[in-house]
Amino acid sequence: MFHIYCPYCEEHREEEEFHPKGQAHIARPEEPEACSDEEWGDYLFFRDNPRGIHHELWVHAVGCRKFFNITRHTVSYAILETYKMGELPRFTAEFPEGSLSEKVTTEAEAMSRQEGVKA
Amino acid sequence: MNQINRLREGGRIDRARTLSFTFNGKRYQGHAGDTLASALLANGVNIVNRSFKYSRPRGIVAAGAEEPNALIQLGGTESAQVPNVRATQQALFDGLTAQSTNGWPNVQRDLMSLVGKLGGRFMPPGFYYKTFMAPASMWMTYEKVIRKGAGLGRSPMERDPDSYDHLNQHCDLLVIGAGPVGLAAALTAARSGTRVILCDEQEEMGGSLLDSRELLDNQPAVQWVERVLDELAQCDNVTLLPRTTANGYHDHHFVTLHERRTEHLGETAPQGAGYRPTRSRMHRVRAGQVLLATGAHERPLVYGSNDVPGNLVAGAVSTYVRRYGVVPGNKLILSTTNDYAYRAALDWLDVGREVVAIVDARQAPDGELVAQARARGIRIIEGAAVLEAKGGNRVSGARIAAIDAEAFKVTGQAETLACDTIASSGGYSPVIHLASHTGARPSWNEESLGFVPSLVRGVHAAGSARGVHDLAEGLADGAAMAEQALEALDRPAGPIALPQVDSLREGAACAFYQVPHEKPTLRGPKQFVDQQNDVTAAAIELATREGFESIEHVKRYTAMGFGTDQGKLGNINGMAIAARCLGKTIPEVGTTVFRPNYTPVTFGAIVGRHCRDLFDPERYTALHQWHVEHGAEFEDVGQWKRPWYFPKTVNGKSETLDEAVARECLAVRQGVGVLDASTLGKIDIQGPDAREFLGRVYTNKWAKLAPGRVRYGLMCKDDGMLMDDGTTSCLGENHFLMTTTTGGAAGVMEWLELWHQTEWPELQVYFTSVTDHWATITVTGPEARKLLSEITDIDLDKEQFKFMDWREGQVADVPARVFRISFTGELAYEINVQANYALHVWTTLFEHGDKYDLTPYGTETMHVLRAEKGLIIAGQDTDGSVTPEDLGMQWAVGYDKPFPWIGKRALSRSDTRRKDRKQLVGLKPKDSAVVLEEGAQIVFDPDHAIPMPMVGHVTSSYYSAILGHGIALAVVKGGHHRIGETVYLPMVDGQVHQAEIVSNVFYDPKGERQHV
Amino acid sequence: MSNLVAQNIRTFETHPGVEISAESPLVFFHQRSGAPAPCTESRVALRERALLGHLILRGGAIVLDEAVHSVLGFGLPAYPNALSRDEGGERSIQWLSPDEWLLIVPGGEEFGLEGKLREALGDAHYAIVNVSGGQTLLELEGEAARELLMKSTPYDVHPDNFPVGKGVTTVFAKANLILRRPTETRWELVLRRSFADYLYRWILDAGEAYAIGVEV
Ligand SMILES: [Zn+2]
Repeated sequence: MFHIYCPYCEEHREEEEFHPKGQAHIARPEEPEACSDEEWGDYLFFRDNPRGIHHELWVHAVGCRKFFNITRHTVSYAILETYKMGELPRFTAEFPEGSLSEKVTTEAEAMSRQEGVKA
Repeated sequence: MNQINRLREGGRIDRARTLSFTFNGKRYQGHAGDTLASALLANGVNIVNRSFKYSRPRGIVAAGAEEPNALIQLGGTESAQVPNVRATQQALFDGLTAQSTNGWPNVQRDLMSLVGKLGGRFMPPGFYYKTFMAPASMWMTYEKVIRKGAGLGRSPMERDPDSYDHLNQHCDLLVIGAGPVGLAAALTAARSGTRVILCDEQEEMGGSLLDSRELLDNQPAVQWVERVLDELAQCDNVTLLPRTTANGYHDHHFVTLHERRTEHLGETAPQGAGYRPTRSRMHRVRAGQVLLATGAHERPLVYGSNDVPGNLVAGAVSTYVRRYGVVPGNKLILSTTNDYAYRAALDWLDVGREVVAIVDARQAPDGELVAQARARGIRIIEGAAVLEAKGGNRVSGARIAAIDAEAFKVTGQAETLACDTIASSGGYSPVIHLASHTGARPSWNEESLGFVPSLVRGVHAAGSARGVHDLAEGLADGAAMAEQALEALDRPAGPIALPQVDSLREGAACAFYQVPHEKPTLRGPKQFVDQQNDVTAAAIELATREGFESIEHVKRYTAMGFGTDQGKLGNINGMAIAARCLGKTIPEVGTTVFRPNYTPVTFGAIVGRHCRDLFDPERYTALHQWHVEHGAEFEDVGQWKRPWYFPKTVNGKSETLDEAVARECLAVRQGVGVLDASTLGKIDIQGPDAREFLGRVYTNKWAKLAPGRVRYGLMCKDDGMLMDDGTTSCLGENHFLMTTTTGGAAGVMEWLELWHQTEWPELQVYFTSVTDHWATITVTGPEARKLLSEITDIDLDKEQFKFMDWREGQVADVPARVFRISFTGELAYEINVQANYALHVWTTLFEHGDKYDLTPYGTETMHVLRAEKGLIIAGQDTDGSVTPEDLGMQWAVGYDKPFPWIGKRALSRSDTRRKDRKQLVGLKPKDSAVVLEEGAQIVFDPDHAIPMPMVGHVTSSYYSAILGHGIALAVVKGGHHRIGETVYLPMVDGQVHQAEIVSNVFYDPKGERQHV
Repeated sequence: MSNLVAQNIRTFETHPGVEISAESPLVFFHQRSGAPAPCTESRVALRERALLGHLILRGGAIVLDEAVHSVLGFGLPAYPNALSRDEGGERSIQWLSPDEWLLIVPGGEEFGLEGKLREALGDAHYAIVNVSGGQTLLELEGEAARELLMKSTPYDVHPDNFPVGKGVTTVFAKANLILRRPTETRWELVLRRSFADYLYRWILDAGEAYAIGVEV
């Protein structure tokens, strides 16, 4: 039973509220017609299965219904970070201790949301 | 009073309250505060069980969760049966009834022990596999005999009168174990104001302090326990859970605790104020940090016949004497490797019984406890060990000799001393089970001679659980580790005042596990390592000789530490023996992985309230009540309860499914029927890009669908395979109402969001589920227009309101949207009204429906009618491997749409273009009475040698009342080009059905009826 | 009964113009078994507030907040998982997601309110969906309410984590619902119609130990 921080709800929630949706960052080819059968097959069917850091797409199904990404260690099951769609992970196979790029965008967004609402 | 081993005073039992109980049919008495085990020992009951494999008599060995033998079947009535209860953990209550788990016909005289006596050499490890697996067909027979002899308890055959539940708990710090270390930790944490849960598996909190010889602040340790518990009970931020075992440590500090709430009161929960409290409860704890103060299990030494009743671990002797006021014998011999165990002999002596000798494996032990024993005149035999216990049903003596532990040799002449009790101590194994559940591998600590837990972040261990066995050090460690956890939570607390402990100086322990014997292990008397699973030192030695080197393999081959035992007493000894045989050290051999649960958990606690009519959600439509009142039989469609058919009573007999369905089908084909279609998924789609979005997720075109019109659409995954289908109506230029299959509703909604959020966030569109908001009532059949016209202001003229149009207006005075779509092939109107008004509309239809013989129909009739029309059901006729083209539905594929919609590219892959793909066709059985079996395999040549090439299967099959014969939909290789051919369906019973491949549209092939 | 507004959206008044009895999703339950009445031992009370107006608002926080302010006189909650209410507490808005809110008003108000909001929102990209027929609201009160919730939901309902003014969508028994805490003593549960019977039975079963009583 994972304990997952939803970057949209901004708090930890129980795994029961989420659905896993497979490997993250699988972009659909811009021009599917230009793909060979093999390339299209790769996009459809082939996924990584690393021992270590893995990026996964999840959805907060019983909650805000938003999709987001999780960086998870497949051995320890530790969740190193969760991040919104469109953001990049700080923890990667190349930077297992985390890269320097701060989550400036997230903070800016949070700020704008709160400023935007006149409570 | 018959409690021959009960002391006149001392212990924490209440002698004023006498309780009666029955064990193996005999009545005994004990006292409030007893466990079943202490009461049995008080009554001098030596044999509590027969062993699993060799059927040897067994007695009580320990005093807690680690007890391997005293597994009992609890319950005086059938419904109250509970298997696998440890007598050492079961509080005594008046009227308790228990039986030995093993032993047939009874524990005193056991026929199966014949096998054990003959056995010995005939039952090596892997015995069952080796002996009984061949011939394989006989296994079932062997198993019955073995099970009868070697049962592990049985489940009740009657309904459990008790209820159980779950409680979801959240805390900052979970402290597991309320001995001295856990209490010090909890007290520290309590004062920080953080949310703390303290749980302990025993009847009373206090752990080792409940039978301690030590003084805290110059007072009996129990007084400190009481003070601390009082303070903790006052704290709002602290939850105390006694009788609660932490059984499983799951991901991210999710820990399952099992609280026995009424098991100390009676065999079923007592009736309270009008209700029965839950018997046990699973606490599902999500903790911020976890502190393991789980203590240690004392290891027995492994010597010959160490399983004869009267052999105990040393600490258990102290517990029985000091906590329960029971001395389980008269003449004690203690065999030890350490100072701490000397307390058992001193406790024994304190209550006036004889200590024959202390046999110490060390040369010249010199700690303060040793000095005390010497000063009190106890004979101490140094550099020696008990080689072998003597006696059958009870220890009668011990053979003792000088030994060389390192060389694993007996060095002196053995002498036999008479005694009735042998206590042994081979050191202390930290209870690392929970830490092990997290996946962290423990490491060997040479100083404390035990595996100590490795810890993942957020887990802390303190005291004996990490090899810190000294009381003063343990108390300080508990407080310090709590502080460490609080710092991680950013809630530091500051130190608490720890009680003053006058510790006795202890000498070093020696590493000693299996005692050598004059004979080699394989020939000597059995030396048990794991008594619950009957694993001997010889078995482990044999396993290593047979080539098993990995401790994980040795464990599986010998069954050491299996099942409910989880290696509590035996694992380290087993590893030490494997290490000796393999010429390795214990850390080189490594440890096995412990798994949840730590102790057995009743199914009731796992299930909680999710049982009986609350086992799974039942989803009802707004018309459910009407269906029930009108005798509907229901079908489960996902979690929905849908009317399956509405049997009528004809001549006092209820119609069968077939009779009712035939009647319902004809009513729709010839008159008018009505269906509750409210379970269809409905999604409201709004936004300027709604139309564009539909074009991308459906295979067909949406660009020109005008407001007021409806279109059927196919939805594929990007692999080109059909995922769901349904109609979507254009409500306004930027506003659509999508319907999905009943089962597909949630999945389609998530699918739309997935594509919107991850691939096309730039599209301006919002999706909202309105499945529950609208009730959908389908009125269908040639008379549908006439009936509906009586209660609506909508112009139903066929030119004004065409097939695949929708209109809004009043139906039965309720605002409604009416969709002219048909899943029956007949004239049909689907009426959507706000669900709160559905019953009014439905009953008004029936008020006007009498003259048309309006017939309610269920899902079975719906299936037959749609199959007659060759209409598919996604998920029944498709299975994730079927393209729109396989279904013959190219007309619903917009090959020339500009955007590469989902599934398009895959339809041009070489595999999806194959001519011999399985394609949807109709099957007409040659024998008109035959209804083919759904799922039946299809072959082209029934005379082909087995295995026959299978070329497809039946996906839907019914009897068609209007056509007078069976019909089926099927997928057949290259089926679209095989119309008119005959295929064969060989059945299990040897029959071979013949069927002709036909068009999948059986009825009204031109589709005229729905357009009338 | 319906309006085609400028935005090419077709709104729909679901209520009849004449008196027709509407039925809450719990009608079937009450027909079948009847609920326990409150008694002196009751430590928790349950009450249905049926047939309210429920609207889903989708769109950007800023534009929706302005529109809601101008129409209702109070705004969107400023934070995730938060609830805002008008002074009488009759109308409330709950954050469901960064672009989704649940607006609950007295039954019958929803259609008129939707029209006014659409007017105020003009050309903005947003959606308003009436879901009144698909949901009902329960109120739970009493000293044992929190423990009853702990039996049912894995969400942490301790006041440290669940202060007044909070609301979440979460798992409840084997289904899900919206759980909110409008006042110190009261919890609100918003159930989906089709799950309502199951959830209601669950709550009564879990509440038996507290002599749960249903107030009409
Ligand atoms: Zn969320």
